[in-house]
Amino acid sequence: MSTGTPLIQIRGLSKVFRTDAGEVSVLEDIDLDIMEGEIFGIIGMSGAGKSTLVRCLNFLEMPTMGTVYFDGQDLATLSQKELYKVRQSMGMIFQQFNLLMQRNVLKNVCFPLEIAGVRKTEAEARALELLELVGLSDKASAYPSQLSGGQKQRVAIARALANNPKVILCDEATSALDPATTKGILALLKDINRRLGITIVIITHEMSVVEEICQRVAIIDNRRIAEVGYVQDIFTRPATEAARRLVFPEGERVDHFTSSRCCRIVFNGSSSFEPVIANMVLEFRQTVNIIFADTRNIDGKAFGQIVIQLPEDKLTGEKMMAYLRNRGLTVEEVRDFV
Amino acid sequence: MFDPAIIEMIGKGFLESLYMTLVSSSLAYLLGLPLGIILVVTDKDGLKPCAWLNSVLGIIINLLRSMPFLILCITVIPLTRFITGTSLGPTATIVPLVIGAAPFIARMVESSLKEVDKGVIEAAQSMGASPFEVIWKVLLPEARPSLILGAAISVTTILGYSAMTGFVGGGGLGDIAIRYGYYRYQTDIMLVTVALLVIIVQVLQEVGLRLARLADKRK
Repeated sequence: MSTGTPLIQIRGLSKVFRTDAGEVSVLEDIDLDIMEGEIFGIIGMSGAGKSTLVRCLNFLEMPTMGTVYFDGQDLATLSQKELYKVRQSMGMIFQQFNLLMQRNVLKNVCFPLEIAGVRKTEAEARALELLELVGLSDKASAYPSQLSGGQKQRVAIARALANNPKVILCDEATSALDPATTKGILALLKDINRRLGITIVIITHEMSVVEEICQRVAIIDNRRIAEVGYVQDIFTRPATEAARRLVFPEGERVDHFTSSRCCRIVFNGSSSFEPVIANMVLEFRQTVNIIFADTRNIDGKAFGQIVIQLPEDKLTGEKMMAYLRNRGLTVEEVRDFV
Repeated sequence: MFDPAIIEMIGKGFLESLYMTLVSSSLAYLLGLPLGIILVVTDKDGLKPCAWLNSVLGIIINLLRSMPFLILCITVIPLTRFITGTSLGPTATIVPLVIGAAPFIARMVESSLKEVDKGVIEAAQSMGASPFEVIWKVLLPEARPSLILGAAISVTTILGYSAMTGFVGGGGLGDIAIRYGYYRYQTDIMLVTVALLVIIVQVLQEVGLRLARLADKRK
């Protein structure tokens, strides 16, 4: 979906909060490019600074150092008025939905349009259109307190879309929702990205959210960006400790098996629809023991890893690994991995 | 039990009490509402933090609030005379009532506005709302039920203050209660005026509660 031109460029961004207890550094020297039309994830453990980072993107938090370019404009050079204007082209949704509790659904969606100075009749027509898009036309006159969490987030998404934004910033948008509702909300965001070409930035602490919809991801760890790249690359070859912690949240799962010959097969999405392991067993007429398997569907392709125990015969083992490599899979001995 | 003159006097007192309470409340809100908004906005987590203004206002409000109301009435007599030409009667009483009630109202408004969810304010800001739009379209409407309840409390408090001004010739039911009940031991007249005051408070409080409930869309 990405067009290859950056929509948001973060340059040398640092943020320090001044508190009574002294200065607390939250973000240090962040550089990041978010491309037009992509779904970009920013993931990190809680307290890593990701929520502050997303607030720096629309200058709800002023960076202490560095700046953010949005659509080529340096946000730090804008006047307050210009900044208000720019924010109208950046939608934002939140973990707690943050709807106006005293306004009904329709009026909530109209709210950003009121701020942009759109006439009332026009705003209401647009709001109805958006409610249709998020599948809540029948709730137009309901109040937020009468809606479920998923419905509230749909209203928030409709509201974020009202002024035809170039980007939607999602701050832990699914963290307060159950898994089924989360899936629905992520599917809606994906659909919006595909149909309207709107760039989406997703802040989350859940790897599953990133896997589900992001194309690229930045891992924030300890105030800095630890790793940036395509989700499939980071997922298959996590280079940093922080990335490994997120990819394997339960820790190193294979260390019991290091005494015998094991190998880890990483699926890169192209070949996992072919029953490789079964074919290999048929070809060599030798069984292998699957010790660990974790494969999943990411953006229409299958990714994951399987750890197998190779036959004791060293030569067959080598041949099997060669066979798998020939199928375009990344194969490595587990001894080295652990 | 009462001759027509006394009934007429009580009726007049009743109307005077209402007049003082409602006019002073309106004027006190004219001062107290903006003050309350300024207190919230200039707070260190507010829309436009401004520490010195916040502390100066806070100190003035606390000073006025800690002054016993009768002492305040007497202290402001020169100002009352300057504004209304007299220090006696219901209209003159409005001056100290407004001065006494505005700081109280400012605090009531402040606490109502502080109940508004910070996340909703942030959401409005993320859409490009200016501080003025946040106040006008988010803070005040979202706090509406709480503001209405606060108003009921404020108005009944002002009614109480207005009765107190009877001691310095303020007029209204309080004045009657003090003159007849306290100075002349006519307990029956005093009881009637007190009963009327109780009824007014009950009615105002009930109306406030119902309005607040009607206005609240959170349930």
